[in-house]
Amino acid sequence: MNFWLELIIKLVLVMGVVLTGALVVIYAELKAGSHMQSRIGPYYAGGRWGWAQPLADGLKFLQKEDLAPAEADRTVYGFAPYVVMMSTIAVFVVIPFGPDLVAADLDLGAYFLLAISSISVLGILMAGWASANKYSLVGGLRAAAQLIAYELPLVLAVVAVVVQAGTMSLNGIVEAQAETWFTIGTFEVSAPFLLKGQFIGFAIFMIAAVAELSRIPFDMPIAESELTMGYLTEYSGIRFTMFFLGEYASMIALSAIAATLYLGGYALPGLPGDFANFAGPGVLLGKIAVLVFFFIWIRWTWPRIREDQLQRLAWHWLIPLALFNIAIVATFKVVF
Amino acid sequence: MSKQIQFPFPGLFKGMWLTLKTMVKKAPVTMYPQVQEIPVPRARGVISLDVDNCTVCMLCARECPDWCIYIEGHKAEQPSSKPGGKPRARATLDRFDIDYSLCMYCGICVEVCPFDALYWSPEYEYSEHEVANLLHNKGKLTEWLATVPDPPSLESR
Repeated sequence: MNFWLELIIKLVLVMGVVLTGALVVIYAELKAGSHMQSRIGPYYAGGRWGWAQPLADGLKFLQKEDLAPAEADRTVYGFAPYVVMMSTIAVFVVIPFGPDLVAADLDLGAYFLLAISSISVLGILMAGWASANKYSLVGGLRAAAQLIAYELPLVLAVVAVVVQAGTMSLNGIVEAQAETWFTIGTFEVSAPFLLKGQFIGFAIFMIAAVAELSRIPFDMPIAESELTMGYLTEYSGIRFTMFFLGEYASMIALSAIAATLYLGGYALPGLPGDFANFAGPGVLLGKIAVLVFFFIWIRWTWPRIREDQLQRLAWHWLIPLALFNIAIVATFKVVF
Repeated sequence: MSKQIQFPFPGLFKGMWLTLKTMVKKAPVTMYPQVQEIPVPRARGVISLDVDNCTVCMLCARECPDWCIYIEGHKAEQPSSKPGGKPRARATLDRFDIDYSLCMYCGICVEVCPFDALYWSPEYEYSEHEVANLLHNKGKLTEWLATVPDPPSLESR
C-alpha cells in the first residue's frame, strides 16, 4: 500500500478512536459520578439518558471566545494545549490492539511510551508559565513537581515488567503474557503479569498513573479550592477543550498502558491466538473500560491529599517499593 | 517532617464500597418539571398575609434581617363600639410588600408577629422572569393564604 495513504488511515483511525473514547469517558464520568452522589446526572441532551451531553459541552466550548491575557506569551500559551494533546495521542501509536493491529511496533515500545507520555508535563508547565497568572504559575510548578516525582515510580514499575518479559516491545510483552505458563494435564494455563507476581508493580503503577493524570486524590496542580483552576485558569474556548479532552484521552492512554503491561493487553486466556486480530480490540477496550472505571471511582470517593503528603508518598514509599519490586522480579527471573 | 503518613486503611476501601453501593442504588430524585414534588406541610415555601389580623405594628419589618418587608399604614377614625363612646383611631394597612428576591426564608417575621397575620405556606412555584416581579404586594400575599395548610391536630395523650 502507498505509504502516505497508510499513514493517513492510521492517523485518522487513532485520532477517531482516541477522541471518541475521550467523549465516552467524559460521559461515563458524568454519569457514574452523579450516581455515586445519589444524583442522575445528564438526562435531557440527546433524548435518552443524556448521551449527547459531552457533544453539547464540546459545542458550547467551541462557541466561546478564545481569550488570552494581555501579559501572556501568546505563542507558548497557544501551543501548550496541543503539546499535551499530542503527547497523549502519540501513546496510541505503539499500543497493540491485536498481533497486527498496531500503528508502529517499536522494539523500544515501553521506552517510547514513558518518554512520550512525560512530554505532557512540558505542555502543562508551558501553560502555567505563559498564562502570566499567579494561580497558573503555582499550578504549573506543582504539576511539574508532582509529575517528576511520580514519573520515577511509574518508570521503575514498568522496568520490572520489562525484566519479567525480557523485551521492551509491547507486542512482545503481550505475547509473553499470552504464552503457556504451566499445564494442567493438557490444559494450557496462561496468565497476565498481574497474576504472575506483579501485584506490587501494578499497585505502584496505578497510584502513579492517577498522579500523572493529576486527578483526585492527586489533583494538587488544579486544586480549585486554592488555585482556582491551576494551569487551566486562563484558558477558554477551544484550547480549554483541548486540555479537557487531553485529560480524558490520557486516562484512556494510561489505562491502555496498564492493560497492556499488566492485564495481558489484547490477549484473553482461553481465546485462541487466531482470533486475536478480530477480538483483540474488544478485549483491550474491555480491560481499558475496567481501569477507567477504577479511575472514575476513586475520583468520586477519596479526598485530595496535601502537597507534602503527596511528595512523601512518592519519595518515601513508592520509589523504594518499586526498587524492591525490581530486585524481587529480577531475582526470580534469574533463579527460575 | 513531623508526622509520618498514616496509611488510612481500611477507611479508603470502606469509602469505595460506599460509593459503589450508592451508584447501583436508584437515585432518590424527583424529575421536577414532569413530576410534582410534594413538600412537607411545614415547608417554608412562601409567606402569606392575613390582612384582617395585621395591626401595622411594624414588628416584622423591623425584625427582618434582609429588610425585605415594606409596610405603610395610616390611622383611621372609627366610631366607638358602644353608644356615646369616643371615636377610636384604628391603624389601617395601605401597603404590605415582601420582596422575595431579598427574602432569605428565615421566618423571623412569622415568629415575631403578635397577631398571627403571617403564615408559612408550602407553595414554591412563583419564580419569575424579572426580579421586580418577585415583589409580592398585599393582594398577592393574601392570595397565598388559601394555600396555607391547617395547623396540625393536637397530640393525643
